Amino acid sequence: MVNILKYRCLKMPSETMEVPKTGFSFDLCRRNDMLAKKGLKSPSYLKTGTTIVGLIFENGVILGADTRATAGPIVADKNCEKIHYMAPNIYCCGAGTAADTEAVTDNISSQLKLHRYHTGRESRVVTALTLLKSHLFRYQGHVSAALVLGGVDVTGPHLYTIYPHGSTDTLPYATMGSGSLAAMAIFESEYREGLTRDEGVNLVTKAICSGIFNDLGSGSNVDVCVIEKGKKEYLRNHLTPNPRTYVSSRGYTFSKKAEVLLTKITPLKELVEVVEVGGDAMEE
Amino acid sequence: MPKEHANWSPYDNNGGTCVAIAGADYCVIAADTRMSTGYSILTRDYSKICKLKLESLMEKRIRNWLFAYLGVELASQSFRRIKDKCDFQVYLCRFMVWEYLRADKSFMASSGFQADVKALQKVLSSRHLIYQHQHNKQMSCPAMAQLLSNTLYYKRFFPYYAFNVLGGLDSEGKGCVFTYDAVGSYERVGYSAQGSGATLITPFLDNQLKSPSPLLLPAKDAVTPLSEAEAIDLVKTCFSSATERDIYTVSSYILVFSFSYAFALSRGVNESSRDQKINTRLELD
Amino acid sequence: MPSCLSWLQNRSLVSTAGLYAFGLSSDAINLLSVNQSAKALFQAMDSLLSPEGDSQRTQYPYVTGTSVIGIKYKDGILMAADMGGSYGSTIRYKSVERLKQVGKHSLLGASGEISDFQEILKYLDELILHDNMWDDGNSLGPKEVHNYLTRVMYNRRNKFDPLWNSLVIGGVKNGQKYLGSVSMIGVHFEDDHVATGFGNHLARPILREEWREDLSFEEGVKLLEKCMRNLLYRDRSAVNKLQIAKITEEGLTISQPYSLKTFWNFAAFQNPTVGAEGSW
Repeated sequence: MVNILKYRCLKMPSETMEVPKTGFSFDLCRRNDMLAKKGLKSPSYLKTGTTIVGLIFENGVILGADTRATAGPIVADKNCEKIHYMAPNIYCCGAGTAADTEAVTDNISSQLKLHRYHTGRESRVVTALTLLKSHLFRYQGHVSAALVLGGVDVTGPHLYTIYPHGSTDTLPYATMGSGSLAAMAIFESEYREGLTRDEGVNLVTKAICSGIFNDLGSGSNVDVCVIEKGKKEYLRNHLTPNPRTYVSSRGYTFSKKAEVLLTKITPLKELVEVVEVGGDAMEE
Repeated sequence: MPKEHANWSPYDNNGGTCVAIAGADYCVIAADTRMSTGYSILTRDYSKICKLKLESLMEKRIRNWLFAYLGVELASQSFRRIKDKCDFQVYLCRFMVWEYLRADKSFMASSGFQADVKALQKVLSSRHLIYQHQHNKQMSCPAMAQLLSNTLYYKRFFPYYAFNVLGGLDSEGKGCVFTYDAVGSYERVGYSAQGSGATLITPFLDNQLKSPSPLLLPAKDAVTPLSEAEAIDLVKTCFSSATERDIYTVSSYILVFSFSYAFALSRGVNESSRDQKINTRLELD
Repeated sequence: MPSCLSWLQNRSLVSTAGLYAFGLSSDAINLLSVNQSAKALFQAMDSLLSPEGDSQRTQYPYVTGTSVIGIKYKDGILMAADMGGSYGSTIRYKSVERLKQVGKHSLLGASGEISDFQEILKYLDELILHDNMWDDGNSLGPKEVHNYLTRVMYNRRNKFDPLWNSLVIGGVKNGQKYLGSVSMIGVHFEDDHVATGFGNHLARPILREEWREDLSFEEGVKLLEKCMRNLLYRDRSAVNKLQIAKITEEGLTISQPYSLKTFWNFAAFQNPTVGAEGSW
């Protein structure tokens, strides 16, 4: 199947119009290399300095994440979502460069969906794992996504960690991101096998809170996702331990307003002729 | 063999934010209390504010003066009690009391590299001590400001990685704030923010308290028009906002507050309850 | 190295007021400040910046000890450290004592370069000796020792010749408990609980959660063991042979070396690949 796809992509351009090749564009790599050697600093990306965790409980998997995204010392997003949808029975927490974690989970998620259409069966967690690790390995760590993948399939509950270079781990409890040590400190001293759902949710929440309060890269709220056989619960903002600390009773005014220097409105109708075309050529 | 070990650096950034606002007869200085390195917290209770304080021998000397004027009965009471009495009873010793009450003339709040900050504080404190022994009075805040600048510039080629604001009252009892870079360039301003949250707080303060342009002739006063309560309220807002967007700032902070007792005395008003606010730690609720 | 000094080049001047800085004569300042000429400094920086600096300075550590943890408890201070000495990633020594008594009232724990730690102990011996020679019935307490070490560490970093250690100092004097820490570049602070190295990441989250002022001795030891077990699991240079020291008004005791109970029998640990069958 892979071969056919490739063939089509290579053939198409000559037949119709220019269709870009699949995958990343490496067009400017040489130029960027040269500029970097001359001392140009490449822009920094949005990182999710992060605490993400997962554990296996008696009948499923629980994932957890904080909700802070940072750009250097600045908090770029105070309430972002780091638990990404992969399949109805599989979710994946992402740490690293925000764009990479989102793109890679989206991409694999759509491949899983196609695979489900193809086979008519529920996705397996190991399938997601394999697709993710081969993608990450292919890019040799340049796609900087550190993931905690969890789900329940026909073979039972599964929890994996995936490192940016593509290595993976099968674990009963896992943490990732800059707050991974703070969260792991909680897991190492309190995890046991056969936790109930509530115990599991509490332990995940405690581990994330440990990341939020001890790691400066993590902060804001706690997101939790509980996956059991045939059902899942996404508890967005399960805990909000960081409300605003002080609101002045006085309130503030910001007196200096932007001054409007010029107002000019150009109606487009006079410049172009708009022709209403009947029919539904572009509709199905 | 390629080096696998990490090289060391003589500097670190231990984070934190300092804010100071000067008013007509007060000065507010505030700083958060977290000390961090990289993404981890070293301690949550570390004061970044240094009091350049009255030397203890001088304090005793002033006590003795009071003893002479007030007699055993009053002087043997707690010092605070004496202050209350002085406000409305003893005119004679007003000058000395006034000197005493205005005891701590400057406060320095610093963020940056903690070890450098501590070294800087030690140098300033000892210089202040010697000054007091030599001149039998405390250094005024503007003098301290100049000393701080010189001390920083002395280390021009191996600088103290310290970002300071100095706040206090000048010789007229007016609030003053001095703001610095790491190598001693400084300026007297009406308000200032330093440290990791400064980039977030400064534009907000600019908007709320825009002081007159330093280019105006005749020069306009840089102090802010706010009342002391309004200034404290503003500082609280600054910190709770910076906390949300700067990972190195927290909103539990120390707030040191000083104001001119001279004012209160000359008006004969008993306002000594206000001095409880000095060196108060305010927890945001 | 260049990056750590780059702020120097990038720093912005607040105003032209820098000129004021020449106001006070440098002689006057010399009285109190660190006496170090700019020339010597540039030389020091140069040799540090050059890749093959032929200096005798510690540019990197050889044999190192990992985390030390210290806490205050009801009656005094408790401290824990394992006994490993790592040569790079090899655990080369297994009986290194990293908790030592200093004077009458203080306890010192060290992580980092072991030889530097032994050098520090030498300095401290001398310090305590000179203090005893006064014979005035007074003796240095933990606070004084901490302050002394703070200056030693900071002065060495000023000479670009650091002592490669993070130190924890605890003790009790006149009913006052004291616990503090100094890093290799002189950053120092006091707290109710402190930890160095990996301990800062793995032990302090636990301590912040569970530490109380009125911890009993047994509870304190239990808490330290919990932290040490965490480090044992997650710090590759930790070894399962540790000492715990207690210092109170009555004096100091350092425990015999002992091991912690560990648990490795989670089902998923038994055969990790069984959970990922079909992958590789």
